[in-house]
Formats: sequence, C-alpha cells, structure tokens
Amino acid sequence: MSDMAEKQGLLSQMAEATPPRIAGRIRGISDRGIAWLFIGPTMLLLLVINIFPLVWAVTLSFTNYRANRPNVPLKWVGLEHYSDILTDPDLWAGMQVTAHFVVATIVIETVLGFGLAYLIDRKFKGHGFWTTVILIPMMLSPAVVGNFWSFLFRPQIGLFNEIVSFITGIPADSFAMIGDVDLAPWSIVIVDAWMWTPYVMLICLAGLRSIPNDIYEAAEVDRASPWRQFWSITLPMAMPFIMLAVLFRGIENFKMFDLVNLLTNGGPGSTTELASITLKREAFEKWRTGYASALAIILFVTIFGLGNIYVRALNRVKQR
Amino acid sequence: MSLTTAHSVVAPGAFSRRLAALLVIAYALITMIPLVWILLTGFKTPDDSIAYPPKILFSPSLEGYVNLFTTRTRQTPEFIATLPPATAWYDKLVRSRNMVIAGPSKYFPRYINSLIIGFGSTFLAVVLGTIAAYAFSRFKVPLKDDLLFFILSTRMMPPIAVAIPIYLMYRQIGLIDTRIGMILLYTAVNLSLSVWLLKGFMDEIPREYEEAAMIDGYSRLQAFWKVVLPQASTGIAATAIFCLIFSWNEYAFAVLLTSGEAQTTPPFIPFIIGEGGQDWPAVAAGTTLFLVPIVVFTILLRKLLLRGITFGAVRR
Repeated sequence: MSDMAEKQGLLSQMAEATPPRIAGRIRGISDRGIAWLFIGPTMLLLLVINIFPLVWAVTLSFTNYRANRPNVPLKWVGLEHYSDILTDPDLWAGMQVTAHFVVATIVIETVLGFGLAYLIDRKFKGHGFWTTVILIPMMLSPAVVGNFWSFLFRPQIGLFNEIVSFITGIPADSFAMIGDVDLAPWSIVIVDAWMWTPYVMLICLAGLRSIPNDIYEAAEVDRASPWRQFWSITLPMAMPFIMLAVLFRGIENFKMFDLVNLLTNGGPGSTTELASITLKREAFEKWRTGYASALAIILFVTIFGLGNIYVRALNRVKQR
Repeated sequence: MSLTTAHSVVAPGAFSRRLAALLVIAYALITMIPLVWILLTGFKTPDDSIAYPPKILFSPSLEGYVNLFTTRTRQTPEFIATLPPATAWYDKLVRSRNMVIAGPSKYFPRYINSLIIGFGSTFLAVVLGTIAAYAFSRFKVPLKDDLLFFILSTRMMPPIAVAIPIYLMYRQIGLIDTRIGMILLYTAVNLSLSVWLLKGFMDEIPREYEEAAMIDGYSRLQAFWKVVLPQASTGIAATAIFCLIFSWNEYAFAVLLTSGEAQTTPPFIPFIIGEGGQDWPAVAAGTTLFLVPIVVFTILLRKLLLRGITFGAVRR
C-alpha cells in the first residue's frame, strides 16, 4: 500500500514538473474529470432505479395508497402502518417463521459446509472434480429448482418420499413434506441447505487454505494433538471466513423469496410464510401498497444493519 | 483456488485421506440426485413420470420435449383419421395420444426473452461497471468507501421491497412488461457485483503499465483503452458470466413486473401445464434446457467462483 502511495507521489511530482499547458494537452481531460465521467453513469442509474423508488416507498408508507385504486384520494396516515405492523401478533408470528428458517439453514449449512471443506482440504485424488460437482446447485435458478423440488416432495410419486421410505421403512404415502404443518418448514430448510451448503463450503475452504502451513509445523514440533490443533489453530483461523458465509447466508435467507414462493408459497396455513412472502401478499395480492411499503422499509432497515456488519467482516477477511 | 496452497494438516495420512474422499464423493452423489431426476423425468411419458413407486427404469420418450415446444388439442380418433397422414415424427407421437399439434408453445419466446434481457443487462452492467471500477481503483474519489458501500447495499435490498415502487414507477412511464424495463432493472441490480468484482481485478493490474504508456505519450483514456482493458479481459469475461447467471436465474422481479411480452423463462416454467395439472415431463424438459447453460458456465468458472460469490473480497 505504502509502495503505491509512494508511486502516486512520484507521479504527481512528475506532473508538476511538466508545464501545465503541455500536461493538459497530453492528458486530454483531467483525471478528476475522467473519474466523474466514469462513475457518473453508475451512480445515476442506481439513483433512478434504487434510491428514487426507495424514497417513493418511504413516502407511500405514510399513506393509505392502493396501487389497484390509483384514483382514490390519498390520505396521510402518519406512522399508523408502522405502529400497526410492530404490534400485529400475526406479523410477529411471521417473523418467527423467518427467524426459524434463517437459524435452521445457517446451522445446517455451516456444519455441513465446514465439514465438507475440512474433508476436501485432505486433498484426496480427484478433489477438484468433486468440489466442482458439489458447487453446481448453488449456481442454479432458485425458482426453477424450487418448482422441481415440489415434484420430488409429492407423497407416493415423489422421489424424496420414496428414498426416505427406502431408508427408514416408513411408507412413502404416509407423509407429505409440503402439505404437513410440521414438515413444511423442514421442506424449505432441506431445499435451501441443498442449494447453499456449497456456498458455505467454498468460503470455508478458502479460510482453511489461508492458514499458513508453518503454524501446523510448529504445533507438530510442540506435539499438539490433532484435536488440539483443530480447536486452537484451524477453527479460530478459519472463523472470519465462517462468519462471512454465515452473515451472507443470513442476509440472503432473511429476504428469501423465489425458492419458497414456488415450493410452498407460504403454506400450509402460514407455516412457511417468510417475510418476503407476506410482503408480496400485502403488496401484490391485497394491494395494500402503503402498508406494504412500511413493511418493506422495516425489512430494509433490518437488512441494512446486517449488511453493515457484513461489510466490516468482508474487510477483515480482505486483510488476510 | 490453487491446488498447491497450504492445507490444514501438514500431511494427512492415507486412511484419513481415503475416508475424506469417501464422504465427499457420497455427498456429491446424493446432491446430484435431484438434478439427475430432472434430466430423467424429461425423457419419460406423462404416465411414467407420475408412476407409483417412482420409475427408475423406463423406456425413454421425447414426449416431454415435444409437449414443451407445442400446444396441442385433443381430438377424436375418427377426426384424426380424416387428416392427411402425419409425416414428421413429432406429429406421429402426438397423434398416438389422440392429439393434434395446434401450434408452437410460448417456451421458445420466453427463452429468447431470457437471452435478450440477460445479454442486454449484462452488457450494460459490465460496460458501466468496468469504467466505474477503473475510476474507483485508480483515482482519488471523495467518499470512496461510502460510495462503494452504497453500491453494495443496493444488492442487499429485498427484491419484493424494491419491486413495489419500481412497479408503480414502471406503470407510470409504461415500462411494465417491457424488455427494456427489465434490462434497466437487472443492470442496476448487477452493477453492485460488477463494480465490486471488477475493482478487485483492476487493483491487481500494476499501475506501472499505464504509467509507462502515459510517459510514452498515451493520454489517460488511451492508456485505459489500450493497456488496462486487455489486461482486465479475463476479469471482465468472468464478471460478465456472473451477471448473466444472475439475470438468467432471477425470478422475483420477473414474476411481478412481466406477464407476457417480456416474461422470462423462470416465471414461465411452473405454468407448463398439460391435461390435469403440471405436465411434469415437459416441465422437466424445460428445466433441463434452462439449467444446462448454467452447469456449463459453473464448470468453466470454477476457479473464479469464490471471487464471484464474495463480490471479489476472497481471492484464493
């Protein structure tokens, strides 16, 4: 870094040494001009497509606006939607569904993902090939995959039930993953874990590979047991990477929509109704645009907070 | 991911290595089952696809693929007998089910929409992202870290929350269900990834190259065009593929903001229906054709996947 700063200093000295008129002709437009020219379009597009709509949503959240009845006179309702949302027991139940989903997927994906990364790091023959195979699900379209999993989960004709019945002996037609109140939350956890365990694995693998070999060599010299090495070297040193994966999955699953929408669409009842599904119902089925905007803002603020922590974790990993 | 970097145990024993191989391969095979099942179901007849217990062995049929690309009407055998004899194999296949092909289905136009919107938004996101990343990488930009965080934070917004005002805005200016509207929206979403990833790639190109070029009389823009861009070409290509994959896979915006004209493939696939519900072989065929390009890209990109999914933060 200091090397770079030094060079920059050197360069600016050189620029100063050249007479300004000539320097201007050589460079065409100034660096500052180029910087704004290059960043400008990106910022403009983000302002139009992200910030302007966001401001609009904040404004709407204080009104009774309904997108399917644009001609009804607008009424200012102040903070009513926010107080309604924060005191609505149904909504808190929905938040609990989301929280259970986030926690369950994170625990399963972290344990499986770290375990897989640890095993792959043994560097057996062909580990590169098998790693690539394992990575495939996370790149696929969650909606399309969710739709197909609903077929696998069918009682009787579904492959999932058939495999479970083959292993456990429970008849394949005696349970319905998606139709059952107790099993439906697990069905979305299973599919999410299937898709995203590879993600956690890949980041954990990077963490394990970032640990310098000489630390282990020193531990061997000190006759630390493999168990001890794992708990006092491997795990602590891979921790920033694990945290990064956990945070990212946390944010992503907090706003999870596509996979669950096609798998269960929130049902049965509202047992798998995640926050984003509630939001879609309020905004695009009940058309309570003002209320939905308030809910969207609450979700956004929560995620923004998590995102702040995420970026700090990113920077910590970057320094490694 | 280099294969020669440090590992967590100095020299794993032969036994532990073999056990690890066994477990990892077992996981990989289990995780492939649903995908193999999609592939197989595409070649089943509708009856075989919903057989109980599920059929692992079956005689393959192209009915799923024929049904995917056509719409059909049921006719009486008497009526079919009056038609001129079928010449094409797919006509024969459909008629053996007492149906007649009525016309092409909407799968192909949806696929084309996915391609146009995917490539259009990728092109824009990569062009804008490349120049912005260069500026962030080389120049002193006021509030640089805040701007970069702002760009990243746009990616964290829940899509449904963004879709509400976008829906209202697009309705106002007539961009609902248009390809150009979807291209602009996906460009905005992809910009965060493209700027962050490309900044990482630009940071790795030594400044000396441009400095040397500028001393040789190139202007800053010429140096960017003739020196930096060729050096960054691998990174730009990888970024483009990541953007393309996002646009290709996206569902939430597509289902809320498109309905016909500009609808992409993901919201369409669940609505491939036959007589009495979803036509699973056709759904599986459509899913297979939709997923294959992504599987190919994943294999091509495997060394850069880590970078892509962490917005360029983790590089090894």
